[in-house]
Order: sequence, then C-alpha cells, then structure tokens
Amino acid sequence: MSDVLVEAVGLSTGYVPGRPALRDVTFAATRGQIVAVLGPNGGGKTTLMRALLGELPPFEGRVDVHGEIAYVPQTEDARLDFPVSALDVALMGAYRRTPWWRRLGRAEKARALDALGRVGLRERAHDRFGTLSGGQRQRVLIARALVQDAPILLLDEPFSGVDRASEATILGVLQELRAQGHALLICTHDIEQGRGFDRVLGLHGEQTFFGPGAELDAAALERTYGEEIVTLGDGAAIAVQCHQHDHEHDHGG
Amino acid sequence: MTELVTDPLLRRALLETVILGLACGPLGVWVLHERRAFAAESLSHAMLPGLVLAALAGAPLLLGATGGIVLAAALVALAARDARVGGDTAVAIVVTTLFGLGVVLALRPEVPARLAELLFGDPLGATAGDVALAALLCGGVLLALSFGGRALRLAAFDPAAAPSLGVRPGRVALALLVLLAVTIAAAAQGLGSLLLVAMLLAPAAAAIRASDRLAVQLRVAAAIGALSAVCGLELSRSLDVAAGPAIALAACAGYVLVAVLRGAPAPGARRSLRRAPIDQLTGSR
Repeated sequence: MSDVLVEAVGLSTGYVPGRPALRDVTFAATRGQIVAVLGPNGGGKTTLMRALLGELPPFEGRVDVHGEIAYVPQTEDARLDFPVSALDVALMGAYRRTPWWRRLGRAEKARALDALGRVGLRERAHDRFGTLSGGQRQRVLIARALVQDAPILLLDEPFSGVDRASEATILGVLQELRAQGHALLICTHDIEQGRGFDRVLGLHGEQTFFGPGAELDAAALERTYGEEIVTLGDGAAIAVQCHQHDHEHDHGG
Repeated sequence: MTELVTDPLLRRALLETVILGLACGPLGVWVLHERRAFAAESLSHAMLPGLVLAALAGAPLLLGATGGIVLAAALVALAARDARVGGDTAVAIVVTTLFGLGVVLALRPEVPARLAELLFGDPLGATAGDVALAALLCGGVLLALSFGGRALRLAAFDPAAAPSLGVRPGRVALALLVLLAVTIAAAAQGLGSLLLVAMLLAPAAAAIRASDRLAVQLRVAAAIGALSAVCGLELSRSLDVAAGPAIALAACAGYVLVAVLRGAPAPGARRSLRRAPIDQLTGSR
C-alpha cells in the first residue's frame, strides 16, 4: 500500500470556471508527515483545502485522496451563538460513522471526552462553545477531528488568534498524530513554524515552492509573499499580512 | 374550559391546533437557528393565491396551499438566478406579487366571502379529515426533525466543516424549506396565511430565550406551541373572538412572558458575545 495519502498533480482550481484562483499545484503528503501551507491572504490556501475536500472541481490536473479527511476550519467559521457545548462539538466527529437512525451512545461520548482530555479541555466539556476563548474553541475543533479519527487532517490556520498555552497543546497533539501515521496539512502564517514541519508548500495564486523547510530560501519566500515579506537580522523572516483578496469570493485565503 | 373537550366542534379545533403547535414549535427553533424567519413568513404569505383558487374551485385548502407554495418557490428560484437581484430581493418581489394577486382574486365577486378565513384561519371549521391530515403531516415533520437533528445541528453550527463530516449544508437548507412548506400547508386551514407565522416563530423564540440547551429549546417550543393553542381557543370561546388570531396572540404572549421572566441575556452570554471578536484576536479568555 502506498504511503501517499494526499496528492495533487498539476492542479488548477477555483470558483468560476475558466478563472482559476490557484494554478499548477503539485505536491504529495505521506503517512506521518506534516506539510505546512504558506502564503499571503488570498494566496489560495483555503482554495486548496476546498479542492482537497472535493468542494471545488479541478479545472486541470488531478487530486488523489486516499482516505477520509478531517477538516478543522478557522474558528470564526463556527457560530458562537449556537447552543452547543464543547462535548456536543467533539461528538460531531462521530456523526459520519454513526448510522442516521442510531443515537450516539456511551462509546461515542467516551471517545469525545477522551479527545477533549487530549486537548486539555475535559473539565470544560459541558461549557457552551461560544463562551470559550479563541484558543479553547480551536482545541475543541481539533478534538472533533480526533474523534473523527481520519487518516488525513486539514487545518486552516489553527494557530491564528491562539494563546501560547493553546498553541503548545495543539502542536503537541499534532505531533502525536504525525507519530501515529496521519498526514497533516496545516495552513499557517508563521514562516518559522512552517519551516519546522516536514514539508513546506508555498502558494501565491500558484505553487511557489514545495520541499523541506530547510530549502525554503529568500527567493522562494519572495515568490510566495512578494512585498509582504520582511527578513529580520537573524535570518528569520516574517510575513506582513495585507488584508486584501485578489479573487472573487468571500473567505480568507 | 371543559367545553373545549366536550363540544365536538371545539374538540376538533383543539386537536388540530395542538398538533400544529407541537410541530410548529420545534420546526420554528430550527428555522430561527438557521436564520430563515424571512423565508417562513414569505412562504406563508405567498400561498394566498393558491388558497383563493382552491376556495374558488371548492377544492381542499391543503391542495391550494401546496400549489401556492410550489409556485412561489419556483418564482423565487427563477428571480434569484439574476445575481444583481439577490435572494432576499427576489423573495420580497415574488411574495408581495403573489400576496397582492391573492387579495385581488379574493375580492372578486364570484369568490366565496372567505378572505378573512384564508388570511386568519378558521380552526373551528376543521373536519375530522383535516385533523387526521394535520396529524399525518405534522408527525412526518417531527420524525424528519428527529432523524435529521444531527445534520441540522452541524449545518447550522459549522457549515464550513459540515461536508467533511458527511453533511451538505445546501441540502439541509433545502430539506428544512420542504419541511417548512409542508407545515405551512398543513396549518393553512387552522391558522391562515397571515397568522400561522406567529405559531411557527413565537414559541420558538420564547424557547430560545428560555434555555441555552438545544434539546430543551425543542421541547419547550413544542410545549409553548401546544399551550398557545389551548389558551387561544379558550380565549376565543370565553371572549367570543376569532380563534385563529386568539391563538396567534396567545403564542406571542408566551414569548413576552418568557422574555419578562428571563430578563436580559445572562451576564456570561452577554460578555462572551461582546468579547468574542477580541478573544479571537488575542487568544485570551
């Protein structure tokens, strides 16, 4: 059995036929690998996620996904006023595997509580989701993905607006999943963090880089971020995010 | 009060409106959580021409209501295809057009003088067949809500992640509109085109004010819906006022009562909603 769980070959995709928002993407993620997806806002990170989820069709090229995908969206996509507890949200991870006529039972509840425990929120299981902090909400959504137990995880900016403690907890869980053989794609704005993962995929309307983080040089960063890149004195680089969209839809890329 | 049970006319009215209340309450909770209150009001108003034509032809009102809703849905879909118009504008244009057409038709001399009944309902005119049909339709709606609860919950809470968890939010929204249409058609006889929206939304709004838990909201909405029917009919009987409007008033009074008893939103809820955007920026609690 191949170790490749997610693969895109010459992928072009977008929201309006004939007008790709993302062009010519070729990469693969294998078992036990974390791929950081870097790029400016509107660069095509979320577009890539939606193509991998099958929500956007390939205009050219192909996408091969070998196994179920668990998707962790940005927390602002979830409704804060909706009456669900952290436990209810984690239990949603069991929906797909539970037949529609069967109620969720003790086994599913135990798995959901265990997942909340892994992200350090077991004691907050019965708190309303909307009353949790940004970092805690992100951890609950990751707990939902843990309950789903899919071989592939797509995480859309899981560290955005997250406090340091939550970030460390989330990173620990993601490294555990990597060690267990899951493939993870993580959209992030943190270039230095991205370099630390197994592979880096750079996007700016098209693929600008794919390879080990150590090979992500200044030229690749400039192709990825253009004028939004700032190189610091110690060789580290940060992206100064300009909040603009270069394509016609209503989400953050 | 006992007359509601002993009088055959009142008993049928009570049965029909209680059944409608039990279904309208929980459905209304989902309609409000899915933010489709405008669709609920629009569909109920847009069926008026169908009701008038059914009255003109001597056909069952349910048939006319169904035809009216299907026509409205088709016209809305057609108008909304123009992106420059947009969904809400399309609904507003279609609904006012159909409602106006319904009134014009209803005021023609050859139409039986039933405009008030079509607009405001006549639960006292319910036959045993009407009650049985309402029970069948409302039972189906409640079963669908029960088995579709997970999909509704996921689509309302997190539409972005729903497809990866096996739920298509677009299909859920369509299914909810179908359930709404079925319930509106079932309620047309008893509550009329104008007032049934009160039974659909007021108990649901009261339940959402009353509890932070979805399961409780669904049960409380059903209870308030059924209780509104009982209180409204008793009000109608004792004060000799029209039954449909009395039930609508009772449902709205239920909301006011809950709002007064519950007062302002809980401090925690108020704080969380106000601070949510700041939390997202800082990651702090």
